[in-house]
Amino acid sequence: MKPREAARPGPSAPFGELHVAVEPGGFDGVDAAGRGAVLAALLEAGHPVSRKAGAGEGALARLGSDIGVVDRAPEQVVEDVAARREAAAAPAPGAWTPWFPVIDYDRCTNCMQCLSFCLFDVYAVDGEGRITVQNQEKCKTSCPACSRVCPEVAILFPKYKKGPINGDEVKAEDIASESMKVDISSLLGGDIYSALKERSGSAKKRFSTERDESKALLERKRCLKELKDKLDIPSEVLMSLPSAGDIEERARRARAKQEERIARSRSAQDQKETDGASAKEWDI
Amino acid sequence: MSRRIVHCHCVYSKVVPADVKTAVLERLAGSDAEFEAVPDLCEMSAGKDPALARFAGDGEVEIVACFPRAVRWLFHSAGHDLAAEASIHNMRSSTADEVCGALGLPDGESAS
Ligand code: SF4
Ligand code: SF4
Repeated sequence: MKPREAARPGPSAPFGELHVAVEPGGFDGVDAAGRGAVLAALLEAGHPVSRKAGAGEGALARLGSDIGVVDRAPEQVVEDVAARREAAAAPAPGAWTPWFPVIDYDRCTNCMQCLSFCLFDVYAVDGEGRITVQNQEKCKTSCPACSRVCPEVAILFPKYKKGPINGDEVKAEDIASESMKVDISSLLGGDIYSALKERSGSAKKRFSTERDESKALLERKRCLKELKDKLDIPSEVLMSLPSAGDIEERARRARAKQEERIARSRSAQDQKETDGASAKEWDI
Repeated sequence: MSRRIVHCHCVYSKVVPADVKTAVLERLAGSDAEFEAVPDLCEMSAGKDPALARFAGDGEVEIVACFPRAVRWLFHSAGHDLAAEASIHNMRSSTADEVCGALGLPDGESAS
């Protein structure tokens, strides 16, 4: 099993209230396209914008009295706002891509397969024994692997390209669909790591007779790419996937420990200790 | 409480078509509707941004983002469940005209 990875930088400090306010009349003299361009430029630079009664109070900057918009390029407006943000020592917008799993608790049955499957400590169990996503920043950007493992299609990645993982409604045919079945059986029905080794081994044998081992390596890379493309799983994650047996065993241990903890956690103190226990802390 | 619109610009990914989110933003800016536009609701959810509590607490809120199931559980994951009356408009599966029509935004320009 591979060592656990360090977390990505993580979300920036909350910035929702450090907004840019559009004052009444603040956009006067600017056409709709120009207004849209200023708003888009501010948002793309990570600055929330608010236009509502009282928005000027506590705002980082006001479009109108603080910063003019007429006859100015959107980038100039963004520069002015960024300078104010810096002067106010406000947290900079995140260097983190917000990619992480979100659980649909209407579907989740608390089977713990995701906790058992993920090697990066993204999942944990809360004080009530319920699965939760605790360390979003430890999730591998663009990797939706755990959503493929969830038997209930309860794990969403809102920025994933396809449904139902992106939050689109789950239809009966999604669960039964060929691609979903293929993905799940690829992950759970077979041990990808051994399959890769086996395939690489036979390729090696074949190519060694031709005294060309680099071709075996190419074959292995091609095989990895095929799996990566099919499942959208980064190769570094593919290479550290636990086997089907490991997943089942870790899930069984997690459930047993959860039951044991719940049985013991009648006192407030014990309840506190149970809060946010991760797979690592439970040594599964 | 008056109606309020929250627009998510989904800045860290290309999953929301740029032409749709830009057109909705232009129509919002050209209207006299009150709104709050945020760079990325996913980031706010992960950071447990307290502004989400304000959005969620407002029963009249209309969220313009992506799939309703994703948006609802993102709010839940941040500890602020959206009110059942909150409306969610999906820029991934609707056109800008459909979204703006549902929001009742005027077609052309108006006062700021
Ligand atoms: S694998 Fe799915 S159903 Fe099981 S605990 Fe995780 S989210 Fe819930
Ligand atoms: S809530 Fe939807 S639209 Fe907004 S940032 Fe997340 S994925 Fe993008």
